[in-house]
Amino acid sequence: MIELRQVVKRYGDVNVVDHVSLAIPRGKITSLIGPNGAGKSTLLGVMSRLIKKDGGEVYIDGQELSQWDHCLLSQRVSILRQQNHVDLKLTVRELVSFGRFPYARGSLQKHDWELVDQALEYLKLTDMQDKYIQHLSGGQRQRAFLAMVIAQDTDYILLDEPLNNLDMQHAVEIMRILRSLVNVLGKTIVIVLHDINFASCYSDYIVAMREGRVVQEGDQDLMMNAQVLKNIYNLDFAITEINEQKICVYY
Amino acid sequence: MKATVTDKRKLQLLAVISLALIALYVLVGLNADNWRYALSLRLPKTLAIILTGAAIAYSTTVFQTITVNRVLTPSIMGLDALYLFTQTVLVFFFGSRSVLFQTAHINFFLSVGLMMVSASVLYRFLFGGESRDIYFSLLVGVILGTLLQSAASFLRMVMDPNEFLILQGRMFASFNNVNTALLLPAAVVVIPILLAGKGNLALLDVLALGREQAINLGVDYERNVRRLLTTVVVFVSAATGLVGPITFLGLLTANLARELIRSYQHRYLLTASILIGIITLVGGQFVVERLFNFAAPLSVFINLGGGVYFVYLLLRGSQS
Repeated sequence: MIELRQVVKRYGDVNVVDHVSLAIPRGKITSLIGPNGAGKSTLLGVMSRLIKKDGGEVYIDGQELSQWDHCLLSQRVSILRQQNHVDLKLTVRELVSFGRFPYARGSLQKHDWELVDQALEYLKLTDMQDKYIQHLSGGQRQRAFLAMVIAQDTDYILLDEPLNNLDMQHAVEIMRILRSLVNVLGKTIVIVLHDINFASCYSDYIVAMREGRVVQEGDQDLMMNAQVLKNIYNLDFAITEINEQKICVYY
Repeated sequence: MKATVTDKRKLQLLAVISLALIALYVLVGLNADNWRYALSLRLPKTLAIILTGAAIAYSTTVFQTITVNRVLTPSIMGLDALYLFTQTVLVFFFGSRSVLFQTAHINFFLSVGLMMVSASVLYRFLFGGESRDIYFSLLVGVILGTLLQSAASFLRMVMDPNEFLILQGRMFASFNNVNTALLLPAAVVVIPILLAGKGNLALLDVLALGREQAINLGVDYERNVRRLLTTVVVFVSAATGLVGPITFLGLLTANLARELIRSYQHRYLLTASILIGIITLVGGQFVVERLFNFAAPLSVFINLGGGVYFVYLLLRGSQS
């Protein structure tokens, strides 16, 4: 379980993350939503130790971040951020094999390669595994990085806007894969999303942030409520059910 | 895995070329009368060239990997400028006949020590605060370097011309007056670290993915970067003390290695880079000594070649 207690992150005098306490439910997809500058990405960065916090504690499976061994932690938690620009002559397969670094330290065994193959399969990248990543489209590259994270085989997967730059088809595809990671493999996923309808259709739990604080959190069903959303975004929402999914219109 | 096979072939080829060039440089022109004398001159020089080539190639490749930037060399941290500044200050205040300037060991350890201190101050900038990324500290290095350069050239303006001439010998990298007294200390410093560097190869591959991916994959980023940067500084200092400022060579070798080797793996990249460094220096020195009869120092050719290649890299980078 990931648990945050009174986490603070300051840039200058501004508390970008302002005393946030949060418990991420296990075995579920939790979406972080909120307007720009709400501190979602920063919070995710703090959770994953990419960003140093200025106060508070983050517990992963009962142990504070600073107490964790770097390598062991990377076998529990993985993170994928928005920009993944790599200027290397890497094939998709080689990139995905980096996911095994926390276990194999560079000398991959048969078991590691099996997991790499599985991850490639999972994201339908097997056909293009020998292509160089510079030659891929944005969506394909995104999937390649996701495959690397899946090969890392961690209990917790943190994703910062993984749907950015993806067309509808690929965005839906990614969300379905995440869904099956949770349903089949029992992973816990925390994801920063901008599209509320994606959050509504694919997540179990929603945490809404604004100005560095958690405004409201709850099961997806409760959070998809016109009053709750208005409170977060300052917009009027109309929510209807289509195919038993709550869809909101705010244009 | 076809790529690794061709990469291995290329490395073998590079190794053969380096050995051939070394043999050529050491052996050509020897005869029964002069071999004792000639070898006593050539062997230390060859050793210095190999040490320098390896140290510069290794440190530049590692530096580029850490900074995830292919057009940087460690000289951007202002190390060369600091070296020149130190030498200028020594001559200006203590005179060219002072022990600090003339005694090789003292001068070497003084210069190396100062470069280490200044680099560790730069690390403070590097990891002193969260918002300061690696480019911030590089910028500090650039500015410090420029400041030191200006200060040094001011001192040289007002210096006694005779002293200036002596100082000038230190200002350009030259293999014709290698500091043979420094061979042993430099070798003792460089060779063990190079051998121990084997354990870093997989780590460097991961660092090349950038800070965030490295941390995600369980690398203790700050500790490892600090450790590797220390190696870089030690190597640059050793090479500079041995022959003078020559970091531009690194840009050449590191990038040629990256062009030549198809794999991203540092086990190939570093080896290729070191071999290319040796080939460039030994081959270049052979040409300068035997064909041009010492008409121009090798560093002139290196800087010319490196400069042209740098412009090419920038132009190509701006296109993609």
